[in-house]
Amino acid sequence: MTDRHDLTPLWEVFIRPRNGLHHRHVGSLHAADSALALQAARDVYTRRGEGNSIWVCRSADIAASDPSFAEANFEPADDKIYRHPTFYDIPDEVGHM
Amino acid sequence: MYSQGLIGADSSTTESEEFLAAFQARIDREEKIEPNDPMPEGYRRTLVRQIGQHAHSEIVGMLPEGNWITRAPSLRRKIALLAKVQDEGGHGLYLYSAAETLGVSREQMTEELLSGKAKYSSIFNYPTPTWADIGAIGWLVDGAAIMNQIPLCRCSFGPYARAMIRVCKEESFHQRQGYEIMMTLARGSEEQKQMAQEALNRWWWPSLMMFGPSDTDSTNSDQSMKWKIKRFSNDELRQKFITATVPQAEYLGLTVPDPDLKWNEETKLYDHGEIDWSEFKAVVSGNGQMNRDRIRDRNQAWDDGAWVREAALANARKRADNQHIAREAAE
Repeated sequence: MTDRHDLTPLWEVFIRPRNGLHHRHVGSLHAADSALALQAARDVYTRRGEGNSIWVCRSADIAASDPSFAEANFEPADDKIYRHPTFYDIPDEVGHM
Repeated sequence: MYSQGLIGADSSTTESEEFLAAFQARIDREEKIEPNDPMPEGYRRTLVRQIGQHAHSEIVGMLPEGNWITRAPSLRRKIALLAKVQDEGGHGLYLYSAAETLGVSREQMTEELLSGKAKYSSIFNYPTPTWADIGAIGWLVDGAAIMNQIPLCRCSFGPYARAMIRVCKEESFHQRQGYEIMMTLARGSEEQKQMAQEALNRWWWPSLMMFGPSDTDSTNSDQSMKWKIKRFSNDELRQKFITATVPQAEYLGLTVPDPDLKWNEETKLYDHGEIDWSEFKAVVSGNGQMNRDRIRDRNQAWDDGAWVREAALANARKRADNQHIAREAAE
C-alpha cells in the first residue's frame, strides 16, 4: 500500500496539566509534521481539559536506555543508603533537621 | 469502547522452559510488561491481535452511530452523539499506538482492516434502522464493552493497560447518554415505547455475543488468563453484564427478549437462554447484515482522505528541504 518514503512519522505527545507541573508523556500519534502533530494531539489527548500546553517530538529522536542494562544502570542506587537522610543518626534533642 | 473476546489468536510459543518460567514469574508478581522487555512470541502475537482487533472495533464502531448524527432529534442529542463518536475515534488511536509498541506498523494494521483480513467486534455488523438503536447501543453495547474493559485496565501489558484506563475514564458518559435516550423513549408515546422495545429486541442477543464464545468453546482463554491479559472468562463477564442490565430494563418497563431468563436465588445471578452461536459465527466470518458496507465505508474514507495525507507529507518534505537550504546558506 505504501513504501517507506510515504510513511507518516510517529510523534510522542507530552501534556502539562496546569501551570506549575511538568509536561508528562501521554501517548503517541502519527502526523506529517510538527504543526499537524500538535493539532492532532489537541484532538486526541485533550478532549476533556487535560492540559494547557502540549509538546510533541519525533519518536525517532528519543534515545532510550537499554532494558537489558537496567540492572547495571539502576541497581547500584539501592545499596547507597548513605544518600538518604535517615542514614545519619542525630539525637532527638537536636530537634528537627 | 468495544473489545470482544479475542477471535482466533495463536498463543503457541517456542521459547525454552526456563525463559517461559521466568516470564510467568514476573506476571505472577503482577509486574507490568513494557514494550522492550523480553516476552514470549506467543504473548506478543496474542496482544498484537487483540489490541489490533480492539482498535479496529473502535474505528468501525463509529459507523453505526455516525449514521444518525445528521438526524439526531435535538441539538442536545446531536452534540452528545458527535462527542461520543469522536471519543471512539480517539480510543481507536490510543489502541493503535499501544499495538505499535509491539512492532506492528500502523500501515499494516490499516491495510488488514481495509482488505477485510482483520477482525473487529461482530456487534458493528448490525444495522441501526431507528433512533432508538442509538440509545440501545449506548446502553447495551457500551455497557457490555465497559464490563469487558474494566478488567483490561489491569492487563499485564503496560501500554494496553494505560490505554484502557483512558478509555474507561471517557466511556462512562457513553452508557449514560444511551440509557437516557432509552428512558425518554420508554416514557414517551406508545409508538416511542414500541420503538425502544424493538431496539432492545435487536441488540440484546448481539450484545451478549460481544463477550465471545462460551468458556467451553473458547480456545484462547486459558493462556490469556495465565498471562493476565484477561482476568475473567467470557461467561463470567457475560453473566455479570446480564445481572447488571436486567434491572435497568425493568426500570424502563421494557422486556428482555429471552423467555428463559430466570433469577437464580442460589447463584444470585440470572440464568439465560441458549445463545445462537451459529449467528455469531456467521457474522464473525463476514456474513452479517452490514459486514460488506462497513468495509466499503472504511475503504471509501481512506481513499477520500488520500489527497490530505499526500498533501501533508509533500508540505512536510518541502519545509524540511527549505530548512536544510537555509541552514546551508547560514553556514
